[in-house]
Amino acid sequence: MDYKPVKTFNELAVKSLDDFIYGIAPYPVTAKNGMVIGGGAVYPEINMTLPPITVDESTMPEVRKQYAEMIEGILKRAKALHAPGIIVELELLPPTTIEPKWGIEINKILREKMYEYEEKYGLKSLLRCTPNDTREIMRPPLMRRGDLLESIFTTFEKCAEDGADILSIETTGGKEVHDEALVTCDIRKAIFALGVLGVRDMRFIWSKIVEIAEQTGSIAGGDTACGFANTALALAEQSMIPRVFAAVDRVATVPRTLAGFEVGAVGPDKDCGYEGPYMKAIAGVPISMEGKTAACAHLSSIGNVAACVCDMWSNESVQNIKLLSAPAPVVYTEQLIYDCRLMNEAAAEGRSYALKLRDWLADSDSRLDPQAYVLRPDIVLEISKELVKEKDAFIATKKAAALAVDVLKRGMAAGEVQVLPKEKKWLDIISSQIETIPDDWQEFWHEMQKELDLSKWRPEEYDLEVTAAKTASAG
Amino acid sequence: MANFEELSQAVFDGDGEQVVEITKSLLGSGADPQEVISNGLIAGMERVGVLFKNNEMFVPEVLMSAGAMNTGVEVIKESRKNFDMPSSGKVVLATVKGDLHDIGKNLVGMMMESNGYTVYNLGVDIEPDKFVEAVKQYQPDIVAMSALLTTTMMEMKSTIDALVEAGVRDNVKVIIGGAPITQDFADQIGADGYAADAASAIDLCKGLVDGNARDALSA
Repeated sequence: MDYKPVKTFNELAVKSLDDFIYGIAPYPVTAKNGMVIGGGAVYPEINMTLPPITVDESTMPEVRKQYAEMIEGILKRAKALHAPGIIVELELLPPTTIEPKWGIEINKILREKMYEYEEKYGLKSLLRCTPNDTREIMRPPLMRRGDLLESIFTTFEKCAEDGADILSIETTGGKEVHDEALVTCDIRKAIFALGVLGVRDMRFIWSKIVEIAEQTGSIAGGDTACGFANTALALAEQSMIPRVFAAVDRVATVPRTLAGFEVGAVGPDKDCGYEGPYMKAIAGVPISMEGKTAACAHLSSIGNVAACVCDMWSNESVQNIKLLSAPAPVVYTEQLIYDCRLMNEAAAEGRSYALKLRDWLADSDSRLDPQAYVLRPDIVLEISKELVKEKDAFIATKKAAALAVDVLKRGMAAGEVQVLPKEKKWLDIISSQIETIPDDWQEFWHEMQKELDLSKWRPEEYDLEVTAAKTASAG
Repeated sequence: MANFEELSQAVFDGDGEQVVEITKSLLGSGADPQEVISNGLIAGMERVGVLFKNNEMFVPEVLMSAGAMNTGVEVIKESRKNFDMPSSGKVVLATVKGDLHDIGKNLVGMMMESNGYTVYNLGVDIEPDKFVEAVKQYQPDIVAMSALLTTTMMEMKSTIDALVEAGVRDNVKVIIGGAPITQDFADQIGADGYAADAASAIDLCKGLVDGNARDALSA
């Protein structure tokens, strides 16, 4: 079955650089309680996880206690700091997704406390429910069938019925191929993983999530290329792969993450999707982003630039351990609130002040790292403007990678972005690899069948027919 | 005439064709296969290892060098039918139960293979019993475990407990790694070592396997 887009984006939703700003999205999203995301203010989005503990039936009482303690602390601090609103993300773990009843229970614990704070103290809040993409437990994964997938959908459905406002997930379709592409810095495989496999899986799973959102009155938020370009970011941060490769890979994720909006997701996009600014530019959806205040979860070189056009500002995740002042989730709630307060205060002074702050955020990072450079608002608009001209997601993925290389080469030549000497040759290597990719996806798929280990993933789960093997056997 | 230095350089450059040519030339002129490996192929990889550890080489470049080295090994195997390629040691590698993170573990595996270890990569979400089975089946020198979640790191202890219960714990060295893991945690659960990244995992393995060899000699 072909899961076709219901929307296409032929032109940019953001019309000019001066309209590309934090807190304001062309298509804001209004939640049941009246909170508007992308309607003028940036809201904090807090995410938390458990301290070292095995999650099973015997430890569930402690797990419940931990979540209850975390949400109480978070809301209490948000209230004390007069937060205008807060988004709480429940990023479920593999066991709490495989056993939907556990995830549903935790969802309820959080939501009930959030309702209580809204009722008693007027603290508005939204709950984002993010089940784990447990499909990858099985190797090679079953992407479109099986109990693991059913548990994900059940979790979405029941959590939404119980009050989860926003539905999100970090899907992994294509990761089977992309992981190998990263360690070998093979952009051909990365483009195949993202532009063919990733897009197909996104269309499949997000069509279902949008259906659930419509049935339950929740919001189909959006996905993230976390398993793809964030893995690249983490590897680049450890000097395992060139930063320029991670930057190109990031831009190449744009058509894949956009596929969720093409089948009906509306935002806010998920925090760890650093490709979010491209979503906002093209689809006009509000986005959540993370940067310097997510250093608790992972390091990056894009801590400030990530905030330039965010509508929600997140910490990614932090475990419930006690710091000197308070448990870590409470500490990070405070930090996010202050970050947002500053951005909102600047915006309240007038658009020019918000733009000045945006540019400071961009300029303070973008000269120092190619991954930051490709997130500069003007660069995002420049590349996005070219991408919306492409009708086909695979071609757009190839084009995105090529444009990222061109932009980085130009930026280096102009002295706008620093690239380490040992990395410079990699832009040429990536360029030459891209040039070998045909424009016809079927031709590309035929070529890739000879290059990929087809025992590690199931082409039929992506509606792909193995033609090369048939040709060989026929011969 | 080709020499070991040229072979080492070809491995370093990741130039498989050159490696094949030089290896053939050396063997043809009567060089000892073991010396070709030690002074040419492995010598090249050792240079690569130093640069990788100092963040001066990327993983794909290391893999290219490893691939080039392997082409040389193949030439030797083809020319000397009974030649047995020496292994640096055997490693059973996996991500623990409940954890799906793959790439960091795979990177460690690739680096180990590049350094001459025989790696049995069991995959992700591996139950303690599967580790025990693998230890019995492959009789590795090292069991390497990975976990990236605070909620799965305790499975490392469960796995060590299972190895103890099965009576095979003393046959292997256990090393662990992953984002939430620390040396303190390794000490707490009775692991033999912790590595923060792929490069230090290799050093750790070398130390532990060499230590085993020394223990065996002194016993």
